[in-house]
Amino acid sequence: MFVAVEMVDTVRIPPWNFQRQFNDAIAEELNKKLANKVVYQVGLCICLYDITKLEDSYIFPGDGASHTKVHFRYVVFHPFLDEILVGKIKYCSQEGLSDRHFSLLYFQYDEAEQVWVWEYETDEGAHDLYMDQGEDIRFRVTDEVFLDTSPTGPSAAATDTPGAPGAEEGGQKKEAPYTLLGTISEPGLGLLSWWNS
Amino acid sequence: MEVTDANAAMLSNYEVYQLLTDLKQQRKDSGKNKHSAGQQNLNTIMYETLKYLSKTPCSRQNPETVKNFLTTMVPHKLTKAEKLQLLNHRPETAVEIQLMVEESEERLSEEQIEELIQKVTDVLPGDPEQEGSAPSNEAEMDEGIDQ
Repeated sequence: MFVAVEMVDTVRIPPWNFQRQFNDAIAEELNKKLANKVVYQVGLCICLYDITKLEDSYIFPGDGASHTKVHFRYVVFHPFLDEILVGKIKYCSQEGLSDRHFSLLYFQYDEAEQVWVWEYETDEGAHDLYMDQGEDIRFRVTDEVFLDTSPTGPSAAATDTPGAPGAEEGGQKKEAPYTLLGTISEPGLGLLSWWNS
Repeated sequence: MEVTDANAAMLSNYEVYQLLTDLKQQRKDSGKNKHSAGQQNLNTIMYETLKYLSKTPCSRQNPETVKNFLTTMVPHKLTKAEKLQLLNHRPETAVEIQLMVEESEERLSEEQIEELIQKVTDVLPGDPEQEGSAPSNEAEMDEGIDQ
């Protein structure tokens, strides 16, 4: 589920933080920059694991802050393909379920009850097992999608009339930078309560 | 910023849980004045991750149990990813083992699967609420009588 990722970055320490322990100041700056952010093609950054190497610090003309190249390892949430994860159902929709871990699952959808149903056939007949909100589910990761959500320039909104740029921005959909696709169509997957009896 | 190695090491849930609890303790000890605006993201992610991890088996593990677990797993010849999943999830049924171990029907016989489940449940501490039925109650009662 979690991976240690080696990274290199130049960290800027402003002069008012010079009295602090250098390593602590570096750690705080790195966490400020990366914690809870998705790095493209890498995963969701959680927190700093350790600092492996600190190179020399430089002060550039015009800026009183010190700049240091830091080699460090960061804890990143990045489940591998086919990994089994347990999440909680947040909401269901026609396309799939969504749960706490940014995933969208595909399954049978029951229009009447607006919930997902697993039609389970046994020797006695079909059982309908419902998937309600807030339930824990176990799923296998089948795919991951990284979206580059960097801001695009004004040329992307070229079809706008000059008078209505605000309305266009309001209508833009919020896309998840990191999506996990999973499956529950295997024995042992799905709601935990289905398999725990 | 440059990523030199996107997969330097796999971390078990326990290691991340330990790291985050230590970090939380450190931040609490050093006082709240320095940590304001910029730290909100770190606070959020730490809170959410700890909330999730505290409900998983890793919250009851310690370095010795992890070491014991890895030594007991040696004869079974499992891949690193499989051992990691067993450590993180602590499966109690054969179905779960089949999910986590690839081609388990071909690689492990039924007795071996049972043996694996037994080892996992023995070495890794379980949920005290779930297992808080007859056996532990009897133990408590015995202690009470002795005193």
